[in-house]
Amino acid sequence: MIAATGLTKRFGSLCAVDDIDLAVHPGDIYGFLGANGSGKTTTVRMLLGLVLPTSGSIRLFDEAMPKAAHQVLPRVGALVEGPSAYRHLSGHTHLSLLDGMGPGGPRDSRRRRIADVLDQVGLAGVGSRPVKAYSLGMRQRLGLAGALLRSPELLILDEPTNGLDPQGIHEVRELLLTLNRAGTTVFLSSHLLAEVEQLCTRVGVLDRGRVVLEETMDTLRTPSGRTVVHTPDIGRTLALLGDRAEQYDDVTVTVRAPDPAALNAELVQAGVRVSALAPERRSLEQIVLAATGPSADRVDA
Amino acid sequence: MIRTELRKLILSPRTWVTIALLDALPTLVAILLALTDLGPRPGTGPAFLSAVLSDGSLFPLAAIAIVLPLFLPAAVAVIAGDAIAGEAQGGTLRYLLIRPVGRTRLLVAKLLAVLAFVLLAVLVIAVTAYIVGTLLLGDQPLATSVSGSALSSSQVAWRTALSLCYATFSMLGVAAIALFLSTLSDSPLAAAMGALAFLIASTLLLTLDAANVLQPYLPTRYWLSFVDLFRDPILWRNVVRGTALQGVYVVVFLGAAWANFATKDITS
Repeated sequence: MIAATGLTKRFGSLCAVDDIDLAVHPGDIYGFLGANGSGKTTTVRMLLGLVLPTSGSIRLFDEAMPKAAHQVLPRVGALVEGPSAYRHLSGHTHLSLLDGMGPGGPRDSRRRRIADVLDQVGLAGVGSRPVKAYSLGMRQRLGLAGALLRSPELLILDEPTNGLDPQGIHEVRELLLTLNRAGTTVFLSSHLLAEVEQLCTRVGVLDRGRVVLEETMDTLRTPSGRTVVHTPDIGRTLALLGDRAEQYDDVTVTVRAPDPAALNAELVQAGVRVSALAPERRSLEQIVLAATGPSADRVDA
Repeated sequence: MIRTELRKLILSPRTWVTIALLDALPTLVAILLALTDLGPRPGTGPAFLSAVLSDGSLFPLAAIAIVLPLFLPAAVAVIAGDAIAGEAQGGTLRYLLIRPVGRTRLLVAKLLAVLAFVLLAVLVIAVTAYIVGTLLLGDQPLATSVSGSALSSSQVAWRTALSLCYATFSMLGVAAIALFLSTLSDSPLAAAMGALAFLIASTLLLTLDAANVLQPYLPTRYWLSFVDLFRDPILWRNVVRGTALQGVYVVVFLGAAWANFATKDITS
């Protein structure tokens, strides 16, 4: 669906994107993670042919970009670095202008398609209010509507939930899941790890222009082979487990034990009271923080 | 594509405000003339203005002569300077290009939309001026050519139409310059100001004898040559040269705009 190899972009002496490879497969919800300034937006712009790579190649739908932009881009819906619209027009008129540009938007179905996408993003009743009177969340929804206008097979969304409230974020997540079940591939760039964790099937992590991690979510979230035990009897637990207990504090012990059930049986047999016990899974945040360096917008002396 | 650009033009409130402002100046002149009856002496002031006190139906030409040196090109510079830079500043340029709209097509469509704006403005000005002129100013059919011989009213009509076309076409040079600057800068203001600076420089150099060698190539050189269409017989030389010169400006600056824009990284 998306295949980038050796993708590099230099702006003068600044290397924004440095020799990255990406592979997004049909049906994926791909989370593209990275701190501010790590090169996410530049990569998205390159995928869409807005910024031309210094070197490397991009293939969308197995066609070379930006050469085949005219055939490929009508099948792609995108949100790049925030929504924008003609401010003095109504959302409906804006979408109608947007649809009139470029190939792939038949005029006879335009009204219906606009009504459909406005309904999908929850702006059906917005009427003729000009876009400049929209709230940030409404603009984000309108941007999303624009991306969905031609029922794209691939959605490339840069920070799609920016500016939305928790209900809005939930709605967008449900919408993306519904679209994905209907066959739409989603490429989602974000720095909201929780959002990606709930939504994505694969993630790629970008750090200062380089891909430091590209893995399926399932693999990342496999248990680490350790078990976290909550117990009021810390002392007895430590004595029983010896050096299998790798970390502990007042109420929890992290134990090197791949099978929580066996560990539980062992503890209970020894008369240790267990209040909670679960295999340890690293959160996406821990994984990403371990894989990346400090934030790029942090400037130390 | 061009349909969408025209729709944008028509839907933009700025288009109509600009045209209304352009229209206001000649209308004000007509009212002042009607109230005071003080026309400029023949041979002074904007072309045709001395004649309108006796023949109000010539006022459309006078109105065009009033707005052509500065008002109309300033409006063109603003509209054309906004063409790409305005979309970039508003953030809509990236969404246009990923529709996808071909970059070359976008430039051509923008230039044609500017041309449509000029045509619209010129027509509104001419129609208003005709109404105002026939209502407020003289009604003795004067209808003599600049050379002194008589012109029939149908001759006046088609020569006026030709003049309006020529005035519209004359704006292409400024439009192409502003469009080129519009691809360089992400600020519509900077692009419009740049084009205006070019225009003012051209006007200044036309008054300078030392700049004689440059004068045939200045974009404003043949603007008022539409007066030649009212000579008997029509003096085509400068009109043809003016048209060709605008064509050269379009080729050069649209080419430059294309060279800059076609491979530009869109980071707005």
